[in-house]
Amino acid sequence: MAEPKTKEVLFDPVFKNNPIALQVLGICSALAVTTRLDKAIVMSIAVTLVVAFSNAAVAALRHYIPTSIRIIVQMTVISSLVILVDLLLQAFIPHIAKELSVFVGLIITNCIVMGRAEGFAMKNGPLVSFIDGIGNGLGYSVILLVVGFLRELFGSGTLLGHTVLPLVSDGGWYVRNGLMLTPPSAFFIIGLFIWTLRTLKPEQVETE
Amino acid sequence: MSAEIDTTDTSAPEGGTNGPEAAGGGFKPNTVSGTLIVAVGLCLICSLLVSSGAVLLRPQIEANKRLNMQRNVLVAAGLFDEAVDKDAQIPAMFENVETVLVNLPGRTGDGALNVDDENAGELNHDLNLATYDPRKAAKDPKESVAIPANLDEAGIKRREKVTTAYVVKSEDGSITQIVLPIYGKGLWSTLYGFLALKADDPKDMPVTGITFYEHAETPGLGGEVDNPKWKAQWPGKELLNSAGKPVLEVTKPGQANAENEVDGMSGATITSNGVEGLINYWLGSDGFGPFLEHYRKGDLELTAQ
Repeated sequence: MAEPKTKEVLFDPVFKNNPIALQVLGICSALAVTTRLDKAIVMSIAVTLVVAFSNAAVAALRHYIPTSIRIIVQMTVISSLVILVDLLLQAFIPHIAKELSVFVGLIITNCIVMGRAEGFAMKNGPLVSFIDGIGNGLGYSVILLVVGFLRELFGSGTLLGHTVLPLVSDGGWYVRNGLMLTPPSAFFIIGLFIWTLRTLKPEQVETE
Repeated sequence: MSAEIDTTDTSAPEGGTNGPEAAGGGFKPNTVSGTLIVAVGLCLICSLLVSSGAVLLRPQIEANKRLNMQRNVLVAAGLFDEAVDKDAQIPAMFENVETVLVNLPGRTGDGALNVDDENAGELNHDLNLATYDPRKAAKDPKESVAIPANLDEAGIKRREKVTTAYVVKSEDGSITQIVLPIYGKGLWSTLYGFLALKADDPKDMPVTGITFYEHAETPGLGGEVDNPKWKAQWPGKELLNSAGKPVLEVTKPGQANAENEVDGMSGATITSNGVEGLINYWLGSDGFGPFLEHYRKGDLELTAQ
């Protein structure tokens, strides 16, 4: 196996090999936490940290992990990190932590985290695995931020809580798009995102 | 950083072409003992990490929860403007608020509301105010009671036997407002909030404010319960009739005309009905009714404390 290059490891997952858009992993939280941009940002940071550190930890341990229990070992590492991240959020940004509630805990089952631990960290060194984690976290974040941006803007007329499009109900002119506040809109946006991406990069289209 | 930097890792014990069996300085992970050692060791390290994190961060998390609760009480009472005031001001503002524990009405032998319960609505001095958690109590079979279906307007099935109430005082110690915790089912979730009543004249207790601090209703529809614009119509509403019975009606949007009527949220009939039900429940005979009755009669020892 060729030695992975830092830049490729870091930036490939953003557009070229995006975990959500190409591999279609980790969709559930992308639907759930993107009604507002601030939630999407915090979730992105949380997932990026967990993927990066779990990758590094699993990579550092990879020669000591017995094959028969490797998935359990990865899960243990990941869940410990998720609990720590959850505690940190509750301690320092309680307001947003409360709204993210169960979805922080569900990072444990986010396929991106497991996928990178099993698919990359088990075969590579801790440093490059850490960077791979950051890269995949960025790929996840790009989608979350785009979806969160569009859903908050068109669903609530605000961005990060600041009014951008004054709502009719508040005396403005903008009629909010209620669909944007419900999970299906995230599907539509992700679908459009994938469409755009595959139009720009036709090599991502699967052969029939 | 150059694009061609090679990231060959040098810190990890690279085994080259060797498999995991040969790596790690003679340690064989794929044997029974190796597997056990790794499993036990990893569990120990991880549990140590998680528990030390929990212990170190607990004071901060508890303080956040307390501060948040105080903040919500102040918001309901209209004393804390979320746009202007800073969280750091909360402890000083809360000095004028007295927290009390209130006995909610008990049950007769067959589970119905005990209308003759002498303790109902009295202050409870037996429980420790600092550690008592009404939400935990509501889930504990010993500390909670079932609500008969005909009374359960809030849709919560069980409630705690004792709950908290907050008495807001002015600088000279006279009571200005009473803030009551309220909760009940909306469409998707249980809504938790506070309802503040004007209390300087016990004969006439209009609403001074309301807030919902926890819910999972649809954002933009039922989620509008926490919209300041929607909450702004509440102050001044008379929810109790001359007999002290709750008579709130949440109407269709734009149709509230009377003192006891509040506009519902558009596109959120079930959440609106939920709000009506839960407020009428908590102000009613199975909720804070007896407490408010005692307050009207003036036989609660609130100012004496």
